Amino acid sequence: MNKLHLSKASRVNFATYAMVIAAYAVLQFMGGAGILSATMRGQLVPICAYVAMALSLNLTVGVLGELSLGHAGFMSVGAFAGAVAAAALPIPSAPLRLAAAMAAGALFAALAGALVGVPVLRLNGDYLAIVTLAFGQIIKSIVENLYIGMDSRGLHTSFLENRLTLREGGLMILNGPMGINGINKISTFTAGFLLVMLILVVIFHLVGSRTGRAIMALRDNRIAAESVGIPVTKYKLMAFVIAAAMAGAAGTLFALGQNTITASKFDFNTSILILVFVVLGGQGRMWGSIIAAALLTILPEALREFADYRMLVYAVVLILVMLATNNPTLQGFFTSLFRKNKRKEAAGK
Amino acid sequence: MLVFLNHLINGVSLGSVYAIIALGYTMVYGIAKMLNFAHGDVIMVGAYVCFFAVSSYNLPPLVGVALAAAVCTALGILIERLAYKPLRQASSLAVLITAIGVSYLLQNGAQILWSSNIKMFPAFFSSQPIALFGGELKITIAAIVTVLACVVIMAALVWFTGRTKMGKAMRACSEDKAAAQLMGINVNATISMTFAIGSALAAIAGVLFCSAYPILTPTTGAMPGIKAFTAAVFGGIGSIPGALLGGVLLGMIEIFASAYISTQLSNAIVFAVLIVVLLVRPTGLLGKQVREKV
Amino acid sequence: MSDMYPKPKLVPVPSTNIIPERDVGKRPILECRHLGIDFGGLTAVDDFNMAIGRTEIAGLIGPNGAGKTTVFNLLTKVYQPTRGTVMVDGRDTAGKSTIQVSHMGVARTFQNIRLFNSLTVEENVKIGLHNQIRYSALTGVLRLPAFWREERKAHQRALELLSIFDMQDMAGYQAGSLPYGAQRRLEIVRALATNPSLLLLDEPAAGMNPSETAELMTNIRKIRDTFQIAIMLIEHDMNLVMGVCEGICVLNFGRIIAKGTPDDIQANPAVIEAYLGKRKEG
Repeated sequence: MNKLHLSKASRVNFATYAMVIAAYAVLQFMGGAGILSATMRGQLVPICAYVAMALSLNLTVGVLGELSLGHAGFMSVGAFAGAVAAAALPIPSAPLRLAAAMAAGALFAALAGALVGVPVLRLNGDYLAIVTLAFGQIIKSIVENLYIGMDSRGLHTSFLENRLTLREGGLMILNGPMGINGINKISTFTAGFLLVMLILVVIFHLVGSRTGRAIMALRDNRIAAESVGIPVTKYKLMAFVIAAAMAGAAGTLFALGQNTITASKFDFNTSILILVFVVLGGQGRMWGSIIAAALLTILPEALREFADYRMLVYAVVLILVMLATNNPTLQGFFTSLFRKNKRKEAAGK
Repeated sequence: MLVFLNHLINGVSLGSVYAIIALGYTMVYGIAKMLNFAHGDVIMVGAYVCFFAVSSYNLPPLVGVALAAAVCTALGILIERLAYKPLRQASSLAVLITAIGVSYLLQNGAQILWSSNIKMFPAFFSSQPIALFGGELKITIAAIVTVLACVVIMAALVWFTGRTKMGKAMRACSEDKAAAQLMGINVNATISMTFAIGSALAAIAGVLFCSAYPILTPTTGAMPGIKAFTAAVFGGIGSIPGALLGGVLLGMIEIFASAYISTQLSNAIVFAVLIVVLLVRPTGLLGKQVREKV
Repeated sequence: MSDMYPKPKLVPVPSTNIIPERDVGKRPILECRHLGIDFGGLTAVDDFNMAIGRTEIAGLIGPNGAGKTTVFNLLTKVYQPTRGTVMVDGRDTAGKSTIQVSHMGVARTFQNIRLFNSLTVEENVKIGLHNQIRYSALTGVLRLPAFWREERKAHQRALELLSIFDMQDMAGYQAGSLPYGAQRRLEIVRALATNPSLLLLDEPAAGMNPSETAELMTNIRKIRDTFQIAIMLIEHDMNLVMGVCEGICVLNFGRIIAKGTPDDIQANPAVIEAYLGKRKEG
């Protein structure tokens, strides 16, 4: 009995871990053997960042069951907080500095998540979605008007206009709408892989614990969850903050793999892009998010030869996939396939 | 005081554009229960159609608007039939993603057809504003036309939904589609009609928006789309008077915020006000409070 | 079966309550005084007075639309009452939320079944056990020993509870895929998992066939005997109500029209009129 109860979920979890590890090993090997194109090598860190983003949004959309249209806002907070931290922290070892920057990015994004979470708790459905959209826009506006510099006296910030007078040898880190330039690229594919693994472990362990059960209970039926005494607001907020922290770390990873970042890199379109990963990969299905995020990050690159037409093709593919996956006839076909497999399995036993 | 009045007029005029776009969002939401994210891009298509009709074919502006409305109506019905109708039974998230796909399609289609170069939208109205109080209070003709258009459209819609058979069918469908169908209402035709009206309004709004902000690119519709969507939620999504109220308030907040607080932060302030309103009234200003039956 | 318990007796305070003799003298588990709620101008429930003994099985019956489920919603604070008080085990529930009332020991099932459909049967029960499983979110993520210990305990307890209805073999099934009757039973198990002192069942026999209903009747008694709790049920199946309830309260148009033992109720002309209508004279 015990075995049966554990098996299905944990089998999927282990398969997901295995898939990520295998992908890392293969790509690492290909990179070492020099059979990976330069564009592909350049995509490795962003892919990891988007996979991490998709996983964290899947915690909100799939596990908690709330639509968020502003997830890139948390990525933005993490990206800028992390990049500032990386520039300001006097840690000589690059991997350690990256880890510290990610922690800073996660922390600031978690704070933003708590800030968003409190009003969000009172709302439902589409109203909640619009508030997340609004927060994404607000975060973008704030970052675009923020100036941060550093000199021998420490960090200085200014809002709306650059009033910073830095001492000699001082360095302007964040320059309002110009963003952050000349980033020391310390993000590596290995760091990205480790972040994805860490996020997977946290999500799977959370979902398999009383906390995750409570979160899923309020997704499935809020009224029933309240009737058995689950503190709904607490768990909604918790899921929101954890997802935001993960997005923050992903943002730092992304930022520290770029030369330049600006607030417009993390706008509404990015939020939507990540939501597309989650929906195409399947709500609550983490391996689906990973595959969707990786493939759809590579796809526009792969469609490069179509030049102008690639985004058009992307749009058409997106619509067709949604129509196909929601077609009752096709759905029926897939379920019957699945049932047949199950029956075979049962017969095998 | 006169400066304030000037801002007020600008705010109401911008708000009227938002209100017309928000009507499209709110009607579609009311009946199909979906967030039609492609609505903003229909605005852009309408503006382009009018632009080419007037600039390339030298048609009179009114004909251009009519043409834009006709093309957008057809486009709206086409989008609904091809992309949304097959998803009537699907999850709202699936429909949302499809709408986003349609939005990408329209934006990128426009980019290929008309390139991403900026087109300067022609001025339909005399740029000479009506000057009052010795020229201290300036009212542009575009602003007057926009506000008038909004009032006429609102009045027409209130009459349409309240008095005509089709309008009543629309309200019935938005309450309960299954029951409406059992009463002999053609639900599919009603939904198509809603998309048609919303898209025609989007075309008009596109022309009015571009008359005020004459820079036309394939992404022109995106920001007013999001703002109008916000306005619809602000007023209570699904409510027609709510769309008007939300649109006008949003336009005013935006103009006043950029005039008196900060131009750079005007968007942030608009969205912050939205959040505060939703905290006080979780279903918007005029939205219905629905209680889940236990 | 009815010989096992002495006949209920009428208690005059605070109103004309009936409480089984064995519970008399102990604090009632539930006491409603002048409970009422208005929706807009409509009075859905008014002047609802009732007390339930600590181990009583009570029935709440009445025609459709009488306000029975509304009473349950008032007791569990899904609705806040417009007037009157609800005392659970002597403690006032004024201003409390659904969640807090659950912590005070009131559990319920729903007329339109509300399970966590995408989760397994066992997970549904474990969510009922949520407040008895003691480890933090961090312990869960780090999989510290407390996690394993508590989860093992919860697993055992869930299977024990499921075995009341002989459902332990269904533990791994998805709740939403269960047949209707099993879903109703699972809802009862989930409610029991919260360790309640008062269990509210909203039409537990709806959609069940006669043999399932008979089994349910035995099980309701079994639950009361094993857990020593009070049970209040809304039900339209009169065989079940008359067979299992010790005290019955009849509601019509939001007001109590009769209270008493099953025998009293069956003979009460007001009840017969409410259910069958008035006989036309002449």
